[in-house]
Amino acid sequence: MKQWLHPGFWVALLIVLALGLAPIFSQNAGLRETGFTILLAISMAISLNIIMGYTGYVSFGHVVFYGLGGYTGMYLMDTWGAPLPLAVLGGGAAAALLAFLLGKAILRLRGAYFALATIGVNEAVRTFVSNFKPFGGPTGIELQFSVYKQYGGAADALWLTYYGVVGIAVFALVFSYYIKTSKFGLGLMSIREDEDAAEVMGVVTPDTKTLAFVASAFLPGMLGVLFFFKNGNVEPSDAFRLGFSIESLVMIMLGGQGTLLGPVIGALGYQRLRGLLLTSDVMIGSLPLKDFQLVIAGLLMLIIILFIPAGLVGWLRQRFAWLRRILV
Amino acid sequence: MNAGAILTSLVDGLLIGVVYGIAAMGLNLIWGVMRVINLAHGALISLGMFGVYLLFSGLGLNPYLALVLVALMGLLMGILIYAIAITRVINAPYLSTLLATFSINMIVIGLGTAAFTTTPRDTGFSLGNVEVGPLTLQGTRLIAALVTLIVTAILYTFLYRTRTGKYIRAVSNNRSAAELMGIPSSRILALSFGIGTMLAAIAGGLIATFFSFTILSGDVYQQKSFIIGVLGGLGNPLGALVGGLILGVLEGVLPLAMPNTWVPVIEFVLFILILLVKPSGLLGGKK
Repeated sequence: MKQWLHPGFWVALLIVLALGLAPIFSQNAGLRETGFTILLAISMAISLNIIMGYTGYVSFGHVVFYGLGGYTGMYLMDTWGAPLPLAVLGGGAAAALLAFLLGKAILRLRGAYFALATIGVNEAVRTFVSNFKPFGGPTGIELQFSVYKQYGGAADALWLTYYGVVGIAVFALVFSYYIKTSKFGLGLMSIREDEDAAEVMGVVTPDTKTLAFVASAFLPGMLGVLFFFKNGNVEPSDAFRLGFSIESLVMIMLGGQGTLLGPVIGALGYQRLRGLLLTSDVMIGSLPLKDFQLVIAGLLMLIIILFIPAGLVGWLRQRFAWLRRILV
Repeated sequence: MNAGAILTSLVDGLLIGVVYGIAAMGLNLIWGVMRVINLAHGALISLGMFGVYLLFSGLGLNPYLALVLVALMGLLMGILIYAIAITRVINAPYLSTLLATFSINMIVIGLGTAAFTTTPRDTGFSLGNVEVGPLTLQGTRLIAALVTLIVTAILYTFLYRTRTGKYIRAVSNNRSAAELMGIPSSRILALSFGIGTMLAAIAGGLIATFFSFTILSGDVYQQKSFIIGVLGGLGNPLGALVGGLILGVLEGVLPLAMPNTWVPVIEFVLFILILLVKPSGLLGGKK
């Protein structure tokens, strides 16, 4: 129980709550849209951090869970008329199942081989879904407008998805902290430091890694359903965009991998920067600055990897000992 | 379906497969020498495409002459990338080099998109068709396969017949031992990375002579290079050529038996299966 009294947990929780509740109290639709994007990014980064930061397995295919979950949820709503909460759970379950089936096989691979395999899995699933008739093949699934009627029309449905993403973000944070401070989490971190030594010390590494993979997969599965329900349609190229995986990686690196607060700060910072770049009217030569969004993200990532590999939170913790009590 | 059509797709597949092979060879060389998965490979392939396109359409240079310049620029780019992004993290956990090369990819693709947009380009270059018995083959593809074989031969002579090539093989075998023997390992690593990206640029330049492309096309060929790398054995440059031939034949022949869109599904499933069963590759990787 003692771990729940740690100020670091409450700092992180307060940040997420403040971000999540501001649009609800102001009832401002513009704020809600930015809030949705930021909380979605935060939840993606927190969930990826479980397998990447705690366990040390770098997955380039995190988006496969998001895409598959999204597709499953949309399919349940479109074909079977399932209500949104059930579809969200269904999406999470599908993603968790995929992670469970894949986990035993691909988590045997270490290092770069695992990273390569995750890229392969994402591409295999993407190309398969493009050919899969029940999921609408290359054109995907588009929801009928009548689906939104049962939630009181499109405007109310948007608020509903927002409440959903706030709930998931808060849950993700608590869940991630619970794992980090549990015996299971210790097992994951010992695998990260030295897998062979962990095994000798009695950590059943294949089961532990698979469980971590499942734990990191079901959150994006649920998020995918919310996002594509809000979007109205889902297509293979949107659902399995490798760039989205990479963005989540960048957010974690920015904030600090393996920390609780890192993914939150990283996702918040990355999304704010992206928003600033997209709305900025600064020109470079004859081109607007927003055309250079990818270049700036790349430069930022390169600088972090070369000079501050621990990320912001990790760096602060190394640099200022007293901060270790309020940042985890 | 007649035998001629099957034979044509088979030979077409082989010709393109060799070109894929040279892109994968670059990836394999870099992995073999320094254990880095170069995620900027696709960006360099794209740059090779645009290099040949701009020199041909803008300056009217013969594409194969342009290819020589493109190769040289690919070599220099690679050395530059190594010096900026990789040398600092070469001994760090593999995540660092993966992300460092990926950030180079983002920077190059971002700049390329800003400069060239993503509208498809086509060099519009043609050498006519060559008829061999029942076969009709595109001249550009024949030449591309020929160029690839010449480049491979040069690479092999370089690796096995010159002192620098010997250094590269030594560093690839055991870097610390090579350093103890007085081999300047950081220069050799930079050179190897440069040669790897040069091969990517050459592959891109050759592909540009017969396919249309955008700045994002390189990614597709990068993924093919991964598949080929795993087929032929990561770190085994000659295996890449064989892997390329296998992939080319699959791409040539599979569409005859199933809808075209299923081909990548088969390719990626094959990729994962080989990784799982034999991560060192079908033909065995670096010993």
